[in-house]
Amino acid sequence: MIRVILPPHLRTLANVGSEVSLEVAAPITIASILDALEDTYPMLRGTIRDHDTLRRRAFLRFFACEEDWSHEPTDKTLPDTVASGKEPFLVVGAIAGG
Amino acid sequence: MSKVRVLAGTRKGAFILTSDGKREKWDVSGPHFAGWEMYHLKGSPVDPNRIYASQTSGWFGQIIQRSDDGGKTWHQPGTPPGETTGPGGTPKGESNKFKYDASPETGKPLTTHQWYDGTQHPWEFKRVWHIEPSLTDADTVYAGVEDAALFRSTDGGKNWSELSGLRGHGTGPKWQPGAGGMCLHTIILDPKDPGRIYIAISAAGAFRTDDGGNTWKPINQGLRSQYIPDPKAEVGHCVHHIAMNPSRPGVLFMQKHWDVMRSDDAGDNWREISGNLPTDFGFVIDVHAHEPETIYVIPIKSDGEHYVHEGKLRVYRSRSGGNEWEPLTKGLPQENCYVNVLRDAMAVDSLDECGIYFGTTGGQVYASNDAGDSWNPIVRDLPAVLSVEVQTLA
Repeated sequence: MIRVILPPHLRTLANVGSEVSLEVAAPITIASILDALEDTYPMLRGTIRDHDTLRRRAFLRFFACEEDWSHEPTDKTLPDTVASGKEPFLVVGAIAGG
Repeated sequence: MSKVRVLAGTRKGAFILTSDGKREKWDVSGPHFAGWEMYHLKGSPVDPNRIYASQTSGWFGQIIQRSDDGGKTWHQPGTPPGETTGPGGTPKGESNKFKYDASPETGKPLTTHQWYDGTQHPWEFKRVWHIEPSLTDADTVYAGVEDAALFRSTDGGKNWSELSGLRGHGTGPKWQPGAGGMCLHTIILDPKDPGRIYIAISAAGAFRTDDGGNTWKPINQGLRSQYIPDPKAEVGHCVHHIAMNPSRPGVLFMQKHWDVMRSDDAGDNWREISGNLPTDFGFVIDVHAHEPETIYVIPIKSDGEHYVHEGKLRVYRSRSGGNEWEPLTKGLPQENCYVNVLRDAMAVDSLDECGIYFGTTGGQVYASNDAGDSWNPIVRDLPAVLSVEVQTLA
């Protein structure tokens, strides 16, 4: 199972806790995780990446294994520790504004 | 006994304020959607328990929410209340897909608008500013969005389609964003002519369709805006808000960036009615529910100082359709007040003694149960108020 940690507002929107677990078919990439996340929680479509372009929303970042993956290709394979569920994949909201 | 329900959208959530017909004691519910910007909430005139809400965020984008029980519970359209799916028992609604028409047939001329530096810039969806439920069908609802366009849903907010004739009528490449973005913020449905809709855009101006949204024309004749190269241009005017009394749908009142204006021919021609206002800059304008020549504005000092004039919160009322204005101050702060009142933050109810409501960027929502003669705060300390609507309930 892939572990995904969402920012608080998206947890509220999806009515989930701080972490969700997903079945994701290999290869484990940002795109495949987000596809699975949106299939399970359709209300999150458009909130993390644009509906049409699938580009990451500007004030969100992706982290895995303490590294910033925000600018990596979304079809790049994530570390094995994410694929095994040892480490979570994080969707993080920028700290900005009031 | 009649009741009223005030829907207040704020920078950090929505609040629902209810009272009986006396409008003296209020119950406050909220925040709904805590932490999110609630640009607008509006109830269906067909089914008052049906309320649509625009929930938005610079981080997470746009979401449409809907209540079918008067604001007690909410869901994203596409999921009936109580229906769940997924391992967490979560709703499956998806109501936030606003996709500009890019089809070769109708979307072809709609690719760019003017940017701040004068270059052309592609349309990019940002948020829904205004929601306007149909006058005849609870499942039909219009949305005015940034970047400026008009969308319609006929399935209760689940799916949205652009009425692309507006952007495509020819002047789109001349539209440009104001300081708040290029937003379509006003939608007025003509109660006597189902094909007629008025809309307004900052900063493009006012537009009208007479065929249900297929074709549109600018209706800005008579507007003068000194801040654009051609003050009398066909488009480019920063219209802040337009109001109409349903009994006279051809008579429109406009608060422009500067100038309060009036049209007696469905927007074909406008004339200034600022008269003796202390300043004619402002955002809100509204019309008394039963007296179509009685109108309300809240003058703001200037475009560089977005707060009320002289530190006094004054609603100005004209009982003569403009030009002659009286300040209404009873119950409103008359010193050290520096709030703004944003364009969608005034509303009127339709009780016999017309109630007037407005919200401020300081978080107050004021109500008058005597057509503006006196005012009381319903609440004082909300987040900055973005919008105020009121429902008159049997």
